[in-house]
Amino acid sequence: MRKQMTIPELREFAATIRLETLKIIASFGRGHVGGCLSIADAMAVLYGRYMNVDPGDPLMKDRDWCVLSKGHAGPVFYATLGLCGFFPPEEALTLNQGGSRFPSHSDHLLTPGVDLTTGSLGQGISEAAGAALGNRLQGIDSRVYVFVGDGEADEGEVWEAAQFAAHYHLDHLIALIDENGRQLDGTCEEVMSHGKGLAAKFDAFGWKVLDVKDGNDIEQIDKALAEAQNADGRPVALILHTVKGKGIRFAEESGAHSSGLSKEEWAAVIREAEENLHTIQEGAGA
Amino acid sequence: MRKVICDHTIAKRNFSDAFQTSLREEMRTDSRIVYLDCDLMGCINATMIQEEFPERTFNFGIQEANAMAAAAGLAATGLIPFFHSFGVFASRRCFDQAFLSAGYSEWPVHVIGSDAGVTAANNGATHMPLEDCGLYLNIPNAVVIDPADYAQCYCLTKKLVDVPAISYMRLVRKAYKTVYEDGTDFTIGKGVLLREGNDVTIIASGIMVNNALEAAEILESQGIWAEVLDLFTWQPLDEELILHSLAKTGALVTCENHRTATGLGSLVANLTAQKYPVPQEFIGIKDSYGQIGSQDYLETIYHMKAEDIAQAARRAINRK
Repeated sequence: MRKQMTIPELREFAATIRLETLKIIASFGRGHVGGCLSIADAMAVLYGRYMNVDPGDPLMKDRDWCVLSKGHAGPVFYATLGLCGFFPPEEALTLNQGGSRFPSHSDHLLTPGVDLTTGSLGQGISEAAGAALGNRLQGIDSRVYVFVGDGEADEGEVWEAAQFAAHYHLDHLIALIDENGRQLDGTCEEVMSHGKGLAAKFDAFGWKVLDVKDGNDIEQIDKALAEAQNADGRPVALILHTVKGKGIRFAEESGAHSSGLSKEEWAAVIREAEENLHTIQEGAGA
Repeated sequence: MRKVICDHTIAKRNFSDAFQTSLREEMRTDSRIVYLDCDLMGCINATMIQEEFPERTFNFGIQEANAMAAAAGLAATGLIPFFHSFGVFASRRCFDQAFLSAGYSEWPVHVIGSDAGVTAANNGATHMPLEDCGLYLNIPNAVVIDPADYAQCYCLTKKLVDVPAISYMRLVRKAYKTVYEDGTDFTIGKGVLLREGNDVTIIASGIMVNNALEAAEILESQGIWAEVLDLFTWQPLDEELILHSLAKTGALVTCENHRTATGLGSLVANLTAQKYPVPQEFIGIKDSYGQIGSQDYLETIYHMKAEDIAQAARRAINRK
């Protein structure tokens, strides 16, 4: 079953995901704030309109799959899944505690709604391609969505998977490339640049490329995901030009790859996210 | 009692044909099985699989890391992937993917690594896996198998279909000596008592089973009675069989076509040190990389021949 949120509802959903994500990371005190916030909007649109999933039956045979190949963004995944009803959202406030079902890197053995385990960069897109092929072989009409980081795209395995997916015409594989321009040690341009760019590279590998100029804009993401449903024999890459840390001032400034803040600072960040949510709610009500 | 041939003559059939023949038979009745390869199908006659099941055979080109993780994704949808490459590439080249995407994730991917150890022979160091099984032993739930001959490989290929975790099985590509009669049944995790004796236990797997049996004949001519165990499953280890034999003989030689520091010898020593310490001698590759040479040459310089095993057995007995 798919949710059918309106654009204003999706905006509110994204702001709520951001707030819950920050609460989850704050519960532990440290985490990948920047790379979570950059894809909060894409998560909102994906789960608010496109994912065919049933929280009561997370392993439903004909479900759509979501693979977080940039596995370190676990908290934004848990915020989304919790808000969709896969588990009580407050349970994710046990992030990284001993015995918790919520590790910072997503793990299908632990968390309902997580389809494949990721965390070693590059592996998730290969796993996702395999799942797309497996579903097709068994006549299951479902899609596999996979979030890939631009830093992650340094990994050779990403390009092995890209070549493989195109060769076998996996047009039900849809990659959401989080091009936020930053990785741990600096900008992607400084650390390891992508030549003619990720859009050109995926195009050269035989993918259908949808360039989303503002990857944090709900309507642009929605339009691209709608277009991605039109299977034409090619896997699809949405190049989401995002802002790392989107929506929170300190995170946008620093990128906030992995942030450890004081209790007071976390409280201020959560207040900021709450205010953002209220602003959107008021705007929607006006 | 198992039917054992042990005639030490080279069989006419290629060892690797046991795998593709057996897998094709399973694929005829089990539509969940898919076959993956990295541009080496022609080396093990897996083209036979491709011809019979083109829709369930996937050549990944030369990209082992992607193939391993994609195999995990295929398994996640309920399929049963068998993935072959040369042993060096099927272990070292894609170990992180084997460890996390398949092993830790609990998806059953069945990995076949061809050219076990020194059987890579003239392909040399770059293609000679002497640590492949050792790497897979680091995956806690992995089943690790080093089959001795055609009949054993044929049987175990079928048994792997039902293994619910990642597995790694070695393959010898050429025709090789026969140990067992066709139709012999084996159980994963259970070794085989091939020859009874009271003086020393010789544990072997893979091509070393034949050498161990020859060594037992040499020892018999000298009045020494060696017990020979085929421990084709390295993980999980058949502890009961080993300890039962050692209680009788009190001396041990382990024989492997692999680096001893990370292989069968160390695995068995880890068991005996804790449960029944006995003098142990190690036959296998010590601190060395592989190199070019015929299999016979390599077995000689690495001291893996029957006479080397017989000497090691006498040393172990003298240390009792």
